[in-house]
Amino acid sequence: MSGTWITTRAWLLMLPLLVVMIAVIGWPLVDTVRLSFTDAKLVGTEGTFVGFDNYAKMLGGSNFQRAFVTTAWFAVVSVTAEMVLGVLAALLLNQQFRGRTALRALMILPWALPTVVNATLWRLIYNPEYGALNAALTQIGLIDSYRSWLGEPGSALTALIIADCWKNFPLVALIALAALQAVPRDITAASLVDGAGPFNRFRYVILPYLAGPLLVALVLRTIEAFKVFDIIWVMTRGGPANSTRTLSILVYQEAFSFQRAGSGASLALIVTLLVTVLAVAYAALVRKAAGAS
Amino acid sequence: MERQSHLFTTFVYASALLLAAVILAPILWLFVMSISSAADLSARPLNWWPDEIDLSRYRLLLSTLENSAGAAFTASLFNSIKVAGMATLAAIAVAIPSAWAVSRTPSVSWSLYGVIATYMLPPVALAVPLYMGLAYLGLLNSVFGLALVYLTILAPFTTWLLKSGFDSIPREIESAAMIDGARLDQILRLITLPLAAPVMATSALFAFLLAWDEFFYALLFTSDLRAKTLTVAIADLAGGRVSDYGLIATAGVLAALPPVLIGLLMQRALISGLTSGGVKG
Repeated sequence: MSGTWITTRAWLLMLPLLVVMIAVIGWPLVDTVRLSFTDAKLVGTEGTFVGFDNYAKMLGGSNFQRAFVTTAWFAVVSVTAEMVLGVLAALLLNQQFRGRTALRALMILPWALPTVVNATLWRLIYNPEYGALNAALTQIGLIDSYRSWLGEPGSALTALIIADCWKNFPLVALIALAALQAVPRDITAASLVDGAGPFNRFRYVILPYLAGPLLVALVLRTIEAFKVFDIIWVMTRGGPANSTRTLSILVYQEAFSFQRAGSGASLALIVTLLVTVLAVAYAALVRKAAGAS
Repeated sequence: MERQSHLFTTFVYASALLLAAVILAPILWLFVMSISSAADLSARPLNWWPDEIDLSRYRLLLSTLENSAGAAFTASLFNSIKVAGMATLAAIAVAIPSAWAVSRTPSVSWSLYGVIATYMLPPVALAVPLYMGLAYLGLLNSVFGLALVYLTILAPFTTWLLKSGFDSIPREIESAAMIDGARLDQILRLITLPLAAPVMATSALFAFLLAWDEFFYALLFTSDLRAKTLTVAIADLAGGRVSDYGLIATAGVLAALPPVLIGLLMQRALISGLTSGGVKG
């Protein structure tokens, strides 16, 4: 069979997927770009061309800047914590001890719990009147009176980050564990004979095996964290006093709560651009790391 | 095997206990809340274990009496099953031929990167036109409309998983059949697809879980019992004026049960998927 026929046949087989992707991804994306240059409303008015007005308004507004900082803080702190806790848990699970298999199976639970259920669960735990956190901390004597963890701007974002980390660090742990199990035993044994201490052994013998998979996990988790919506919407809806309003929440409010489709679309594209820049930067990093090892 | 000192062994067991407690405590508490009476849950100091086990909320939520809290819950449960089921079937149907084509045809393999790249798009970048499009087609607040929208997530995802599945089936088997005179549809139907059945099943289950978990589009595109999914129903309960926290917890337990069971059953597939980087966080 000729090469052209094989290529043509491949495109024919991909036709259904291409049609679906154009209908539900390609067209909406192009239309978002079009809308972002208009003053269209979500329902009713078609909108007229306004050039870069929406972009200027959104980028210059204090809402965007504050949401950007909130999102970046959420992403950096939660992903860093997830990476550190995940690697520590993986190092533990890589040891020999009784109950290890059961503990590894437990790690699946937070991953499998639906995001909305996780958010609801933590919302109940943080409840200012009956929550388990308040009850536990009071009973140990760490706090005197019940506090509104999600109701105070000072603690809401941290409370959210903890809930997010609890759900996601086990996944990082499982990825890191799989990588750890690929480290040949001879190498760790040899480093032991050569007199490497635990820290040097981790840094120079084990970490190179972990770097690739961890970097991929880092990329995926950061992109996910930058797009975060569900957990925040269910736990705080961006409040109190907008202290947990991330970029996705801001887009939702602009486009759907206030029905300003045009400026909402421009904001959505700014977020998309930020995520793309992140992804490309990371991809370069991954390639460099792959080339170095 | 390296020698382990007593101190180190103690440290390992203490850390393992701590990790198990961190993972289990919130989940157990969700379950305890679902079986505690409202009085136990609002007691100060809190009753960590109920005096009497109260299963009434499970009965309430799973009842289908008209206009009860149960009717709303079971309706959303069925909507979730319908939407996730339809979206998964449609995604697998379009993914099989394209994943096979990408796997067997080096000249088009670059297109897979385009498919994966869409995965990074934030849903907010598509939401406004999708909303207007569904409104135009009369598919807002419809399980069909929502299932269609879920293809934005599931179609690229299943194509990616199935492609790596087909990669692991040797081409030689297919070429041998071709030399024997089999047509392409026969090769696919009789040889490749049966060999790929486990991968297809795994991909379908992952896709189903992804759809089961989805919240953003469901929140935007559904508004009442006709199409509201479980995630939206639970968010409504959590954000509403429900005074019985045990009821919210019970809804959470019921919604978490299917994915948790699937997750535990598929441990092996999940972990091998993780190592190849093929599973969403």
